[in-house]
Amino acid sequence: MPFNFTVSPDFAPDHMSGWFYFNTWLQRNLGTDIHLELFDSFDEQREQIRAGKIDLIYANPYDASMLVREQGFKAVARPAGTRDEAVVVVPANSSVESVEDLMAGSRLATTADPDVHTIGMIMLEPADLDSSNISQREYDTYILVAKALLRGEADVGFFLKQGFDELSDLIKGQMRVLVSSQISVVHHALLVGPSLQDRFDDLSRMLVDMHTDEKGAGVLESMGLSRWEAMSVEQTEFMIDLIDTLTI
Amino acid sequence: MSEKDTGSVREELIKYFDGSERVAEIVDEEVPFPDGKLIVSRTNTKGIITHVNQAFVDMSAYSRDELIGANHNILRHPDMPAVAFKGLWDTIEGGEKWQGYVKNLRKDGRYYWVKATVIPNVREGKLVGYTSVRRKPSRSKIAESEALYVTLK
Repeated sequence: MPFNFTVSPDFAPDHMSGWFYFNTWLQRNLGTDIHLELFDSFDEQREQIRAGKIDLIYANPYDASMLVREQGFKAVARPAGTRDEAVVVVPANSSVESVEDLMAGSRLATTADPDVHTIGMIMLEPADLDSSNISQREYDTYILVAKALLRGEADVGFFLKQGFDELSDLIKGQMRVLVSSQISVVHHALLVGPSLQDRFDDLSRMLVDMHTDEKGAGVLESMGLSRWEAMSVEQTEFMIDLIDTLTI
Repeated sequence: MSEKDTGSVREELIKYFDGSERVAEIVDEEVPFPDGKLIVSRTNTKGIITHVNQAFVDMSAYSRDELIGANHNILRHPDMPAVAFKGLWDTIEGGEKWQGYVKNLRKDGRYYWVKATVIPNVREGKLVGYTSVRRKPSRSKIAESEALYVTLK
């Protein structure tokens, strides 16, 4: 039976092939069969996780909390230099100048990305807004969030900062960032499930050195990453503690 | 800055739970919480600071060296009622999360309001310390808290 590997559904579509190259690289270097399964939705992926069908996952920080604390996963590495930040955006012609100008009843366009949504909602708190006094609609992609704003179907939208930055200048020019998070310590991580943990040390060494090998560096580039950094148990626990404070 | 700020300066004796005290200069001037940032710190089980992020350093006006090893109550503003902190400690020592609105004192005597969440850090079943994360509160929650805390002093 091959091990099962999956990637948080919020990866950038441009990097999808990169994750398949990475899976091939992993199989060659670990000398074991690994099957990469990508899911369209967070819920579908979580069902598979809870059913114990996932052995390796590139997880968003929100899911990392559940994977480590409830499912016995261990973080092995994180991408160097990338952090998960959210931006709160309005149409360029909106009369709203700051978050505090947003009123109860505002229409929010968001995604199922749990980190971006959680951080976005925290950034609306200074306006006394929460899920009870806004109307929110979930879209599948950040492009669709942008479209909802541009068509006047939403007053405010949440984006992963990287997702917003990658939109075309034409689309970005029709929107305005109200506030951008600067949290710095929340990021995705590669987590190893209990069934694969006897290979943890091998995997850690391989990943940390990956960028020094020509083929490895090419694979990293196709995933939009520069290199992996080792992640200690305490770094993982700290990030999870921090996420815990944001979800109450 | 709050509309009610007068900018007045006074000296006040702050008494801490452990029996220690200090005279602090209190300036009636608010420093606004920076948009999009979180102030993060960790303490050991006794409330001694072991980690601060840059936003904490910037907002407290202390240096990182002054903060590490200090008691977290270095931020305590005399306008905060002692009972609020008793509630905090009773909650987190009981293993629960605590959330509330806090007026903090900066080194320069000015103040800033936060919405604070404190959670116990449990490692292998053992309590090893606490993580505190502060975010920007709304003006209405600050006004409610100010009105409440006056009655609890």
